[in-house]
Amino acid sequence: MEAPIEIKLPPIRNGTVIDHIASGQALNVMKILGVNENNIDSSISIGMHVQSEVMGWKDIVKIEDRELDAATVDKIALIAPDATISIIRDYYVADKYKVTLEGHVVGLARCSNPNCITNRGEPVAPEFIVEGTHPPKLRCCYCDRMLINITDHLL
Amino acid sequence: MVNMDLYDKDVVSIRDFTKDQIEGVLDLAQEMVPYALGEKRSRALDGRILGNLFFEPSTRTKLSFESAAHRLGCDVIDVSEMSMTSISKGETLADTIKMVDTYCDVIALRHPYEGAARLAAKFSENPVINAGDGAGSHPTQTLLDLFTMREAKGTLEGLNIVLVGDLKYGRTVHSLADALTMFGAKLTLVAPETLQMPEDIVRHLEEKGCHPVKTAVLDDVIGQADVLYVTRIQRERFPDHNEYSKVAGTYRIDNAILREAKSDMIVMHPLPRVDEIALEVDSTPHARYFKQAFNGVPVRMALLYSILGGVL
Repeated sequence: MEAPIEIKLPPIRNGTVIDHIASGQALNVMKILGVNENNIDSSISIGMHVQSEVMGWKDIVKIEDRELDAATVDKIALIAPDATISIIRDYYVADKYKVTLEGHVVGLARCSNPNCITNRGEPVAPEFIVEGTHPPKLRCCYCDRMLINITDHLL
Repeated sequence: MVNMDLYDKDVVSIRDFTKDQIEGVLDLAQEMVPYALGEKRSRALDGRILGNLFFEPSTRTKLSFESAAHRLGCDVIDVSEMSMTSISKGETLADTIKMVDTYCDVIALRHPYEGAARLAAKFSENPVINAGDGAGSHPTQTLLDLFTMREAKGTLEGLNIVLVGDLKYGRTVHSLADALTMFGAKLTLVAPETLQMPEDIVRHLEEKGCHPVKTAVLDDVIGQADVLYVTRIQRERFPDHNEYSKVAGTYRIDNAILREAKSDMIVMHPLPRVDEIALEVDSTPHARYFKQAFNGVPVRMALLYSILGGVL
Protein backbone atom coordinates (compact mmCIF):
# COMPACT_ATOMS: atom_id res chain seq x y z
CA MET A 1 0.00 0.00 0.00
CA GLU A 2 1.42 3.35 -1.04
CA ALA A 3 1.75 5.83 1.78
CA PRO A 4 -0.43 8.94 1.42
CA ILE A 5 1.38 11.80 -0.18
CA GLU A 6 0.71 15.46 -0.01
CA ILE A 7 -2.17 16.28 -2.34
CA LYS A 8 -0.92 18.71 -4.92
CA LEU A 9 -3.79 18.46 -7.41
CA PRO A 10 -7.33 19.61 -6.62
CA PRO A 11 -9.96 16.85 -6.31
CA ILE A 12 -12.44 16.45 -9.15
CA ARG A 13 -16.18 15.96 -8.86
CA ASN A 14 -16.73 13.77 -11.93
CA GLY A 15 -14.17 12.39 -14.33
CA THR A 16 -11.05 10.24 -14.42
CA VAL A 17 -7.80 10.20 -12.49
CA ILE A 18 -4.89 8.53 -14.25
CA ASP A 19 -2.28 7.82 -11.61
CA HIS A 20 1.07 6.01 -11.53
CA ILE A 21 2.03 7.26 -14.97
CA ALA A 22 5.73 6.72 -15.59
CA SER A 23 7.51 9.98 -14.84
CA GLY A 24 7.76 12.14 -17.96
CA GLN A 25 4.84 10.52 -19.80
CA ALA A 26 2.01 12.85 -18.68
CA LEU A 27 2.12 14.95 -21.83
CA ASN A 28 2.05 11.82 -23.97
CA VAL A 29 -1.01 10.67 -22.02
CA MET A 30 -2.58 14.03 -22.85
CA LYS A 31 -1.81 13.35 -26.49
CA ILE A 32 -3.62 10.01 -26.24
CA LEU A 33 -6.59 11.73 -24.60
CA GLY A 34 -6.66 14.04 -27.59
CA VAL A 35 -7.44 17.09 -25.50
CA ASN A 36 -6.03 20.57 -25.72
CA GLU A 37 -7.12 24.02 -24.66
CA ASN A 38 -9.23 24.43 -27.81
CA ASN A 39 -11.43 21.37 -27.60
CA ILE A 40 -12.39 20.88 -23.99
CA ASP A 41 -14.54 22.86 -21.56
CA SER A 42 -13.58 20.95 -18.42
CA SER A 43 -10.56 21.24 -16.16
CA ILE A 44 -7.46 19.14 -16.55
CA SER A 45 -4.81 18.94 -13.84
CA ILE A 46 -1.41 17.51 -14.47
CA GLY A 47 1.12 16.56 -11.83
CA MET A 48 4.58 15.93 -13.17
CA HIS A 49 7.50 14.45 -11.30
CA VAL A 50 5.44 13.76 -8.21
CA GLN A 51 7.12 11.75 -5.45
CA SER A 52 5.85 8.19 -5.11
CA GLU A 53 6.91 5.52 -2.62
CA VAL A 54 6.27 2.76 -5.12
CA MET A 55 7.63 4.33 -8.30
CA GLY A 56 10.10 6.90 -7.02
CA TRP A 57 8.69 9.57 -9.31
CA LYS A 58 5.47 9.52 -11.24
CA ASP A 59 3.04 11.69 -13.19
CA ILE A 60 -0.71 12.13 -12.57
CA VAL A 61 -3.44 13.42 -14.88
CA LYS A 62 -6.95 14.35 -13.73
CA ILE A 63 -9.56 15.10 -16.33
CA GLU A 64 -12.97 16.35 -15.38
CA ASP A 65 -16.30 15.22 -16.93
CA ARG A 66 -14.79 12.43 -18.98
CA GLU A 67 -14.64 8.65 -18.52
CA LEU A 68 -12.20 6.82 -20.75
CA ASP A 69 -13.18 4.14 -23.26
CA ALA A 70 -11.37 0.80 -23.41
CA ALA A 71 -9.27 1.69 -26.48
CA THR A 72 -7.95 4.85 -24.80
CA VAL A 73 -7.05 2.93 -21.65
CA ASP A 74 -5.26 0.29 -23.76
CA LYS A 75 -3.27 3.03 -25.49
CA ILE A 76 -2.24 4.50 -22.15
CA ALA A 77 -0.95 1.04 -21.17
CA LEU A 78 1.47 1.19 -24.12
CA ILE A 79 3.35 4.14 -22.63
CA ALA A 80 2.46 3.83 -18.94
CA PRO A 81 2.14 0.11 -18.11
CA ASP A 82 1.71 0.73 -14.37
CA ALA A 83 -0.99 3.38 -14.67
CA THR A 84 -4.14 3.13 -12.56
CA ILE A 85 -7.46 4.51 -13.71
CA SER A 86 -9.95 5.84 -11.16
CA ILE A 87 -13.42 6.81 -12.29
CA ILE A 88 -14.72 9.58 -10.04
CA ARG A 89 -18.44 10.22 -9.62
CA ASP A 90 -19.58 12.93 -7.22
CA TYR A 91 -16.14 13.02 -5.55
CA TYR A 92 -16.15 9.26 -4.83
CA VAL A 93 -14.11 6.58 -6.56
CA ALA A 94 -16.78 4.62 -8.45
CA ASP A 95 -14.29 2.27 -10.11
CA LYS A 96 -10.54 1.76 -9.96
CA TYR A 97 -8.35 -0.56 -12.03
CA LYS A 98 -4.86 -0.99 -13.37
CA VAL A 99 -4.22 -0.82 -17.10
CA THR A 100 -3.14 -4.12 -18.66
CA LEU A 101 -0.61 -4.80 -21.38
CA GLU A 102 -0.54 -8.41 -22.52
CA GLY A 103 -1.18 -10.70 -25.48
CA HIS A 104 -1.86 -8.88 -28.71
CA VAL A 105 -2.32 -5.16 -29.33
CA VAL A 106 -4.52 -4.47 -32.36
CA GLY A 107 -5.20 -1.17 -34.08
CA LEU A 108 -3.64 1.09 -31.43
CA ALA A 109 -0.31 1.91 -33.07
CA ARG A 110 1.17 1.71 -36.53
CA CYS A 111 4.36 -0.17 -37.33
CA SER A 112 7.53 1.92 -37.26
CA ASN A 113 8.95 -0.01 -40.22
CA PRO A 114 8.07 2.08 -43.31
CA ASN A 115 8.40 -1.04 -45.46
CA CYS A 116 5.91 -3.01 -43.43
CA ILE A 117 2.92 -4.09 -45.51
CA THR A 118 0.57 -2.63 -42.86
CA ASN A 119 1.83 0.84 -43.85
CA ARG A 120 0.85 0.35 -47.51
CA GLY A 121 -2.89 0.94 -47.48
CA GLU A 122 -3.92 -2.68 -47.01
CA PRO A 123 -7.24 -3.40 -45.25
CA VAL A 124 -5.71 -4.66 -42.00
CA ALA A 125 -5.26 -3.17 -38.56
CA PRO A 126 -1.64 -3.14 -37.38
CA GLU A 127 -1.12 -5.90 -34.84
CA PHE A 128 1.66 -6.42 -32.33
CA ILE A 129 2.57 -9.10 -29.88
CA VAL A 130 3.58 -7.87 -26.42
CA GLU A 131 7.09 -9.16 -25.70
CA GLY A 132 7.81 -7.03 -22.65
CA THR A 133 6.06 -4.55 -20.38
CA HIS A 134 8.84 -2.68 -18.51
CA PRO A 135 9.52 -0.97 -20.81
CA PRO A 136 6.76 -2.00 -23.23
CA LYS A 137 8.16 -4.03 -26.14
CA LEU A 138 5.94 -4.74 -29.11
CA ARG A 139 6.76 -6.91 -32.12
CA CYS A 140 4.83 -6.46 -35.36
CA CYS A 141 2.86 -9.61 -36.20
CA TYR A 142 3.34 -8.92 -39.93
CA CYS A 143 6.93 -7.80 -40.51
CA ASP A 144 8.34 -9.21 -37.26
CA ARG A 145 10.17 -5.96 -36.40
CA MET A 146 10.15 -4.37 -32.96
CA LEU A 147 8.09 -1.19 -32.72
CA ILE A 148 10.53 1.67 -32.16
CA ASN A 149 9.41 4.80 -30.32
CA ILE A 150 5.85 3.76 -29.44
CA THR A 151 4.66 7.26 -28.56
CA ASP A 152 5.31 8.56 -32.07
CA HIS A 153 3.38 5.71 -33.67
CA LEU A 154 0.16 5.72 -31.66
CA LEU A 155 -2.97 5.86 -33.82
CA MET B 1 6.64 -40.66 -47.31
CA VAL B 2 4.08 -38.47 -45.59
CA ASN B 3 4.71 -35.33 -43.60
CA MET B 4 1.30 -34.49 -42.16
CA ASP B 5 2.78 -31.76 -39.96
CA LEU B 6 2.69 -29.24 -42.78
CA TYR B 7 -0.47 -30.34 -44.55
CA ASP B 8 -2.57 -27.30 -45.51
CA LYS B 9 -0.23 -25.01 -43.50
CA ASP B 10 1.24 -21.64 -44.45
CA VAL B 11 5.01 -21.26 -44.59
CA VAL B 12 5.58 -17.63 -43.64
CA SER B 13 8.59 -17.54 -41.34
CA ILE B 14 11.20 -20.05 -40.25
CA ARG B 15 10.14 -19.13 -36.71
CA ASP B 16 6.87 -20.97 -37.37
CA PHE B 17 8.81 -24.26 -37.65
CA THR B 18 9.86 -26.58 -34.87
CA LYS B 19 13.21 -28.32 -35.10
CA ASP B 20 11.43 -31.62 -35.82
CA GLN B 21 9.43 -30.03 -38.63
CA ILE B 22 12.61 -28.66 -40.20
CA GLU B 23 14.26 -32.06 -40.01
CA GLY B 24 11.14 -33.65 -41.49
CA VAL B 25 11.30 -31.31 -44.49
CA LEU B 26 15.03 -31.97 -44.97
CA ASP B 27 14.51 -35.76 -44.80
CA LEU B 28 11.72 -35.56 -47.36
CA ALA B 29 13.83 -33.26 -49.56
CA GLN B 30 16.56 -35.90 -49.53
CA GLU B 31 14.06 -38.41 -50.91
CA MET B 32 13.02 -35.88 -53.56
CA VAL B 33 16.54 -35.54 -55.01
CA PRO B 34 16.24 -38.29 -57.68
CA TYR B 35 12.92 -36.77 -58.77
CA ALA B 36 14.44 -33.29 -58.83
CA LEU B 37 17.24 -34.62 -61.02
CA GLY B 38 14.74 -36.24 -63.40
CA GLU B 39 16.08 -39.72 -62.62
CA LYS B 40 12.67 -40.75 -61.31
CA ARG B 41 9.24 -39.51 -62.41
CA SER B 42 6.28 -38.56 -60.25
CA ARG B 43 2.76 -37.21 -60.74
CA ALA B 44 2.20 -36.93 -57.00
CA LEU B 45 0.54 -33.52 -57.33
CA ASP B 46 -1.29 -34.19 -60.58
CA GLY B 47 -4.22 -31.83 -61.07
CA ARG B 48 -3.03 -29.32 -58.47
CA ILE B 49 -2.09 -25.73 -59.29
CA LEU B 50 0.65 -23.53 -57.81
CA GLY B 51 0.05 -19.77 -58.09
CA ASN B 52 3.51 -18.23 -58.39
CA LEU B 53 3.14 -14.52 -57.52
CA PHE B 54 6.45 -12.71 -57.91
CA PHE B 55 6.10 -8.97 -57.45
CA GLU B 56 9.88 -8.52 -57.28
CA PRO B 57 12.60 -9.79 -59.63
CA SER B 58 13.76 -13.33 -58.91
CA THR B 59 15.49 -15.98 -60.97
CA ARG B 60 16.37 -18.91 -58.72
CA THR B 61 13.41 -18.83 -56.37
CA LYS B 62 10.81 -18.46 -59.10
CA LEU B 63 12.35 -21.04 -61.42
CA SER B 64 12.97 -23.55 -58.67
CA PHE B 65 9.36 -23.27 -57.46
CA GLU B 66 8.25 -23.88 -61.05
CA SER B 67 10.66 -26.76 -61.48
CA ALA B 68 9.63 -28.27 -58.14
CA ALA B 69 5.95 -28.09 -59.11
CA HIS B 70 6.49 -29.57 -62.59
CA ARG B 71 8.66 -32.40 -61.23
CA LEU B 72 5.66 -33.48 -59.14
CA GLY B 73 3.10 -33.04 -61.92
CA CYS B 74 1.68 -29.82 -60.43
CA ASP B 75 0.61 -27.06 -62.83
CA VAL B 76 1.81 -23.48 -62.40
CA ILE B 77 0.17 -20.13 -63.06
CA ASP B 78 2.26 -17.05 -62.49
CA VAL B 79 2.66 -13.31 -62.31
CA SER B 80 6.14 -11.96 -62.51
CA GLU B 81 5.78 -8.22 -62.88
CA MET B 82 3.85 -5.89 -60.70
CA SER B 83 3.29 -3.58 -63.68
CA MET B 84 1.23 -6.31 -65.38
CA THR B 85 -1.20 -6.76 -62.51
CA SER B 86 -4.13 -4.88 -61.02
CA ILE B 87 -1.79 -3.82 -58.22
CA SER B 88 -0.44 -1.25 -60.67
CA LYS B 89 -4.05 0.03 -60.91
CA GLY B 90 -4.18 0.47 -57.16
CA GLU B 91 -5.60 -2.90 -56.13
CA THR B 92 -4.57 -3.97 -52.65
CA LEU B 93 -2.48 -7.08 -52.16
CA ALA B 94 -5.34 -8.43 -50.03
CA ASP B 95 -7.75 -8.24 -53.00
CA THR B 96 -5.19 -9.72 -55.39
CA ILE B 97 -4.65 -12.64 -53.04
CA LYS B 98 -8.38 -13.26 -52.57
CA MET B 99 -8.74 -13.44 -56.35
CA VAL B 100 -5.68 -15.62 -57.08
CA ASP B 101 -6.67 -17.88 -54.20
CA THR B 102 -9.69 -19.00 -56.22
CA TYR B 103 -7.49 -19.98 -59.18
CA CYS B 104 -5.02 -22.28 -57.45
CA ASP B 105 -4.35 -24.67 -54.54
CA VAL B 106 -1.25 -23.05 -53.07
CA ILE B 107 0.37 -19.62 -53.49
CA ALA B 108 4.09 -18.82 -53.51
CA LEU B 109 4.54 -15.08 -52.92
CA ARG B 110 7.57 -12.83 -53.43
CA HIS B 111 6.81 -9.23 -52.54
CA PRO B 112 8.83 -6.05 -51.88
CA TYR B 113 7.13 -5.22 -48.56
CA GLU B 114 7.89 -6.94 -45.27
CA GLY B 115 5.01 -8.87 -43.77
CA ALA B 116 3.32 -9.33 -47.17
CA ALA B 117 3.27 -13.12 -46.82
CA ARG B 118 1.67 -12.94 -43.36
CA LEU B 119 -0.98 -10.63 -44.78
CA ALA B 120 -1.53 -12.92 -47.78
CA ALA B 121 -1.93 -15.92 -45.46
CA LYS B 122 -4.62 -14.02 -43.61
CA PHE B 123 -6.66 -13.42 -46.76
CA SER B 124 -6.06 -16.72 -48.53
CA GLU B 125 -8.06 -19.87 -47.87
CA ASN B 126 -5.30 -21.93 -49.47
CA PRO B 127 -1.80 -22.17 -48.00
CA VAL B 128 0.71 -19.41 -48.72
CA ILE B 129 4.45 -19.98 -49.02
CA ASN B 130 6.64 -16.94 -48.40
CA ALA B 131 9.12 -16.73 -51.26
CA GLY B 132 10.74 -13.62 -49.75
CA ASP B 133 9.11 -10.43 -48.50
CA GLY B 134 11.30 -7.34 -48.82
CA ALA B 135 14.08 -7.38 -46.27
CA GLY B 136 11.92 -9.69 -44.14
CA SER B 137 12.04 -13.44 -44.10
CA HIS B 138 12.73 -16.04 -46.76
CA PRO B 139 12.02 -19.39 -45.12
CA THR B 140 12.38 -21.63 -48.19
CA GLN B 141 15.88 -20.21 -48.77
CA THR B 142 16.70 -21.03 -45.16
CA LEU B 143 15.49 -24.59 -45.56
CA LEU B 144 17.58 -25.13 -48.69
CA ASP B 145 20.59 -23.60 -46.94
CA LEU B 146 20.17 -25.99 -44.03
CA PHE B 147 19.71 -28.87 -46.47
CA THR B 148 22.98 -27.94 -48.22
CA MET B 149 24.89 -27.74 -44.92
CA ARG B 150 23.52 -31.06 -43.68
CA GLU B 151 24.26 -32.71 -47.02
CA ALA B 152 27.88 -31.54 -46.90
CA LYS B 153 28.56 -32.02 -43.19
CA GLY B 154 26.29 -34.96 -42.35
CA THR B 155 24.73 -33.03 -39.47
CA LEU B 156 23.57 -29.57 -38.48
CA GLU B 157 24.43 -29.97 -34.83
CA GLY B 158 27.12 -27.67 -33.45
CA LEU B 159 28.51 -26.42 -36.76
CA ASN B 160 30.80 -23.44 -36.81
CA ILE B 161 29.15 -21.03 -39.24
CA VAL B 162 30.68 -17.76 -40.43
CA LEU B 163 28.21 -15.34 -42.02
CA VAL B 164 29.90 -12.62 -44.05
CA GLY B 165 28.78 -9.58 -46.05
CA ASP B 166 25.53 -7.69 -45.74
CA LEU B 167 24.10 -8.90 -42.44
CA LYS B 168 21.92 -5.81 -42.01
CA TYR B 169 19.72 -5.84 -45.10
CA GLY B 170 20.28 -9.44 -46.25
CA ARG B 171 17.07 -11.29 -45.43
CA THR B 172 18.54 -14.75 -45.96
CA VAL B 173 21.03 -14.41 -43.12
CA HIS B 174 18.40 -13.29 -40.61
CA SER B 175 16.22 -16.34 -41.19
CA LEU B 176 19.24 -18.62 -41.40
CA ALA B 177 20.80 -17.40 -38.15
CA ASP B 178 17.45 -17.88 -36.45
CA ALA B 179 17.14 -21.47 -37.64
CA LEU B 180 20.76 -22.39 -36.90
CA THR B 181 20.28 -21.54 -33.23
CA MET B 182 17.93 -24.53 -33.00
CA PHE B 183 20.84 -26.77 -33.91
CA GLY B 184 23.38 -25.33 -31.49
CA ALA B 185 25.43 -23.58 -34.15
CA LYS B 186 28.33 -21.33 -33.25
CA LEU B 187 27.80 -18.15 -35.25
CA THR B 188 30.38 -15.58 -36.27
CA LEU B 189 29.08 -12.42 -37.90
CA VAL B 190 31.59 -10.74 -40.22
CA ALA B 191 30.54 -7.35 -41.57
CA PRO B 192 31.56 -3.70 -41.52
CA GLU B 193 29.90 -1.92 -38.62
CA THR B 194 27.30 -0.28 -40.88
CA LEU B 195 26.16 -3.67 -42.18
CA GLN B 196 26.21 -5.71 -38.98
CA MET B 197 23.24 -7.83 -37.95
CA PRO B 198 20.45 -5.62 -36.47
CA GLU B 199 20.48 -5.50 -32.67
CA ASP B 200 16.96 -6.84 -32.24
CA ILE B 201 17.85 -9.96 -34.24
CA VAL B 202 21.06 -10.48 -32.25
CA ARG B 203 19.06 -10.13 -29.02
CA HIS B 204 16.59 -12.70 -30.29
CA LEU B 205 19.47 -15.11 -31.03
CA GLU B 206 20.88 -14.53 -27.55
CA GLU B 207 17.51 -15.24 -25.96
CA LYS B 208 17.62 -18.59 -27.75
CA GLY B 209 21.02 -19.37 -26.23
CA CYS B 210 23.26 -18.46 -29.16
CA HIS B 211 25.93 -15.83 -28.51
CA PRO B 212 27.29 -14.76 -31.89
CA VAL B 213 30.76 -13.27 -32.19
CA LYS B 214 30.91 -10.04 -34.19
CA THR B 215 33.95 -8.95 -36.14
CA ALA B 216 34.86 -6.96 -39.23
CA VAL B 217 37.95 -9.05 -40.04
CA LEU B 218 37.34 -12.26 -41.96
CA ASP B 219 40.98 -13.42 -41.84
CA ASP B 220 40.78 -13.78 -38.05
CA VAL B 221 37.92 -16.29 -38.12
CA ILE B 222 37.97 -18.16 -41.43
CA GLY B 223 40.26 -20.88 -40.04
CA GLN B 224 37.59 -22.14 -37.61
CA ALA B 225 34.70 -22.20 -40.06
CA ASP B 226 32.86 -25.35 -41.15
CA VAL B 227 30.68 -23.21 -43.40
CA LEU B 228 31.43 -19.79 -44.87
CA TYR B 229 28.13 -18.20 -45.88
CA VAL B 230 28.75 -15.22 -48.15
CA THR B 231 26.11 -12.66 -49.08
CA ARG B 232 26.02 -9.96 -51.70
CA ILE B 233 25.99 -6.38 -50.58
CA GLN B 234 22.76 -5.42 -52.32
CA ARG B 235 22.59 -2.01 -53.91
CA GLU B 236 18.78 -2.07 -53.99
CA ARG B 237 18.50 -2.35 -50.19
CA PHE B 238 20.45 0.85 -49.53
CA PRO B 239 18.38 3.98 -49.10
CA ASP B 240 21.59 5.97 -49.45
CA HIS B 241 23.91 5.38 -52.43
CA ASN B 242 26.92 6.83 -50.57
CA GLU B 243 26.54 4.22 -47.86
CA TYR B 244 26.53 1.53 -50.57
CA SER B 245 29.67 2.87 -52.26
CA LYS B 246 31.57 2.89 -48.97
CA VAL B 247 31.06 -0.80 -48.27
CA ALA B 248 30.65 -2.47 -51.68
CA GLY B 249 33.45 -4.93 -52.32
CA THR B 250 34.62 -5.03 -48.70
CA TYR B 251 34.93 -8.82 -48.63
CA ARG B 252 36.07 -10.89 -51.57
CA ILE B 253 36.58 -14.62 -51.30
CA ASP B 254 39.40 -15.94 -53.44
CA ASN B 255 41.83 -18.85 -53.34
CA ALA B 256 44.35 -16.83 -51.34
CA ILE B 257 42.02 -16.32 -48.39
CA LEU B 258 40.78 -19.91 -48.65
CA ARG B 259 44.31 -21.17 -47.88
CA GLU B 260 43.56 -20.32 -44.26
CA ALA B 261 40.38 -22.44 -44.28
CA LYS B 262 39.84 -26.06 -43.24
CA SER B 263 40.10 -28.42 -46.21
CA ASP B 264 36.45 -29.50 -45.85
CA MET B 265 35.06 -26.01 -45.23
CA ILE B 266 32.27 -25.19 -47.68
CA VAL B 267 31.50 -21.82 -49.25
CA MET B 268 27.82 -20.99 -49.73
CA HIS B 269 26.10 -18.01 -51.31
CA PRO B 270 22.37 -17.43 -51.98
CA LEU B 271 23.28 -15.97 -55.42
CA PRO B 272 23.37 -13.90 -57.50
CA ARG B 273 26.98 -13.02 -56.77
CA VAL B 274 28.59 -9.92 -58.17
CA ASP B 275 32.23 -10.01 -57.16
CA GLU B 276 32.10 -11.39 -53.60
CA ILE B 277 33.45 -14.76 -54.75
CA ALA B 278 36.19 -14.95 -57.36
CA LEU B 279 35.52 -17.27 -60.31
CA GLU B 280 38.62 -19.29 -59.40
CA VAL B 281 36.81 -20.54 -56.28
CA ASP B 282 34.18 -22.30 -58.44
CA SER B 283 36.55 -25.13 -59.28
CA THR B 284 37.67 -25.77 -55.68
CA PRO B 285 36.05 -28.41 -53.44
CA HIS B 286 34.94 -25.55 -51.17
CA ALA B 287 32.38 -24.21 -53.66
CA ARG B 288 28.81 -25.26 -52.89
CA TYR B 289 26.74 -22.35 -54.20
CA PHE B 290 25.54 -23.93 -57.43
CA LYS B 291 24.66 -27.16 -55.60
CA GLN B 292 22.89 -24.93 -53.09
CA ALA B 293 20.87 -23.34 -55.92
CA PHE B 294 19.88 -26.78 -57.20
CA ASN B 295 18.84 -27.81 -53.68
CA GLY B 296 16.07 -25.25 -53.92
CA VAL B 297 14.22 -27.73 -56.13
CA PRO B 298 14.07 -30.82 -53.83
CA VAL B 299 13.41 -28.62 -50.78
CA ARG B 300 10.53 -26.79 -52.48
CA MET B 301 9.26 -30.13 -53.80
CA ALA B 302 9.21 -31.41 -50.21
CA LEU B 303 7.25 -28.34 -49.10
CA LEU B 304 4.70 -28.46 -51.93
CA TYR B 305 4.30 -32.19 -51.42
CA SER B 306 3.78 -31.83 -47.67
CA ILE B 307 1.47 -28.83 -47.91
CA LEU B 308 -0.71 -30.27 -50.67
CA GLY B 309 -0.64 -33.83 -49.33
CA GLY B 310 0.91 -35.65 -52.27
CA VAL B 311 1.33 -39.40 -52.70
CA LEU B 312 4.49 -40.65 -54.40
